[in-house]
Amino acid sequence: MAERAGLEVSVADTRPVRLDVQLRCGPDEVLAIFGPSGSGKTTLLRCVAGLHRPAQARVVCDGIVWADTAGGQWLPVRRRRVGFVFQEYALFPHLTARGNVMAALGAGSASARRADAARWLAAVHLTGLENRVPASLSGGQRQRVAIARALARDPQVLLLDEPFAAVDRALRARLHRELEQIRRAVRIPVLLVTHDFEDVVRLSTHVVVLDEGRVAAAGPIAALTSRGDLPWERYGLGAGSVFDAEVRRVDVVRGLAELAAGGAVFIVPREGLAEGSCVRVRVPAKEVILATRPPEGLSLHNVLPGRVAEVGGGERHPLVRLAIGGVHLLAEVTSDAVERLQIRAGASVYALIKSVAIEIHGRDDDHNGHAVADAHAGGPPPA
Amino acid sequence: MDWAAFRLSVQLGVTTLVFLIPLSIALGRLLAVRRFPGHDVVEAVVALPLILPPTVLGFYLLVAFGGRSWIGSAFSSLTGGTLAFSFEGLVLASMLVNLPFAVQPIQRAFEAVPREVREAAACCGMTWWRALAAIELPLAWPGIATAVVLTFAHTLGEFGVVLMVGGSIPGETRTLSIAIYDRVQAFDDRGAGIMAATLLAMATVALALTTRLTRRLGGRHG
Repeated sequence: MAERAGLEVSVADTRPVRLDVQLRCGPDEVLAIFGPSGSGKTTLLRCVAGLHRPAQARVVCDGIVWADTAGGQWLPVRRRRVGFVFQEYALFPHLTARGNVMAALGAGSASARRADAARWLAAVHLTGLENRVPASLSGGQRQRVAIARALARDPQVLLLDEPFAAVDRALRARLHRELEQIRRAVRIPVLLVTHDFEDVVRLSTHVVVLDEGRVAAAGPIAALTSRGDLPWERYGLGAGSVFDAEVRRVDVVRGLAELAAGGAVFIVPREGLAEGSCVRVRVPAKEVILATRPPEGLSLHNVLPGRVAEVGGGERHPLVRLAIGGVHLLAEVTSDAVERLQIRAGASVYALIKSVAIEIHGRDDDHNGHAVADAHAGGPPPA
Repeated sequence: MDWAAFRLSVQLGVTTLVFLIPLSIALGRLLAVRRFPGHDVVEAVVALPLILPPTVLGFYLLVAFGGRSWIGSAFSSLTGGTLAFSFEGLVLASMLVNLPFAVQPIQRAFEAVPREVREAAACCGMTWWRALAAIELPLAWPGIATAVVLTFAHTLGEFGVVLMVGGSIPGETRTLSIAIYDRVQAFDDRGAGIMAATLLAMATVALALTTRLTRRLGGRHG
């Protein structure tokens, strides 16, 4: 097994879009590359795969140099072990679901490849549809074939180019969950290109915000989404902190659940939450109210004592970053409120949040990730 | 029915296909997936036989095949024979005349294969040849089949260039369409009629096949 060093990318180019990006992605990380269209997201992904050769590139994956234009090195696409899920999936239209997956399995006897393909298709819940051609599969099923084909390559890095652009909202939530389980099972760097922030919130561990070909901001998702100095509106987003929390207790009688994160406890409606499971939480900045004293006689469940870490200049209103234990929250307040309450860095405040205003992403309903782990364990050894 | 002429026509058609189709796959794919300097000029040259009078094309070929041209002299020093008024010359002429009928459908077929599909093949670790054999050719095959049918049918019917380059030597250059002309000259309406009906039937079948294959190609990515 090759050393798991992850992926290091550095590219610079002027065509087809201006690009000047450096990034890293560890083996257990999902790096979301987020930005408006034309910001160079897809081109960046194509450089990693070797489908686009930029003026300058250095791509190192698990210690193997894939590209180093300064040293004249350029590994062709087929020699890079990448799993690429294209935006429209790019399935081979004349091959069945099985044939598509077998195409990525390379050498080996046909019967062994058939068995491997069946395992991968089972891992993405497509058992029984092995003989269907892409045209007779639904959008979600096609996406699953594309993912099975990408994983069957036994990739060192998984590249996802807007994988949810062609599916509707309802299906998207389910595919998010499945992809999350798959990536936990395969443990390779995942680059996810998207212009939809929900994909970012749901799936990423780290984020790079691209703006006109440059890295506007980068970091772990919790740290990045708690930054008050980013022009969130320019990205078409409302500010809001994202973090992971554990469901500590579910109170069936009151219909509530307790989420624990970094020493802070949040009360939320209990729907779909199972005790002991992990969830992604987003607290929109405009849903957080600040108080200098604990209020009384309110319907609020979440009155959290904390400290002001920073008062940032939002575009319209100041964004106040609060430390609630180890969790950082953003609160969007008016300049007037900042003055009136004397909100300064270091000040003690209470964050007031309605339980229903806390967004919970990725409720764990099932545990299909094991199927992928099984398929992976039984697959052919890496070349 | 002039069976020697019939056999010669079929032989010319098959020989033309054997040499022209691989060439057209290479050229058609190149024109479909690559942009290079002179791309449009090559496309125009390929289309030229569509609008050029057969006699003009035949005349230039005759000049080129003559002993004073480098093509003609190279051929005679290699084989001892001549290109003009020989079966070999007919094959070469037939390949040139059929260039647009073979290259264009194949080019359209390769153009219809999305770039991402070719890229996905590379991402699957396929070599260039394996991607061609397993992905691109099967996807382009209706276009290739159309090229085969059109080229074959067109070769059977070609008259002007064949007459200019080959004359009408029985068993060597007298194809079915030339034989029809000869029969009419000899007032043998019945002989001409049978052969004309044969060519008509073959052309109809060819067009029906082509229509079907084209529809199949159009429906695939829809």
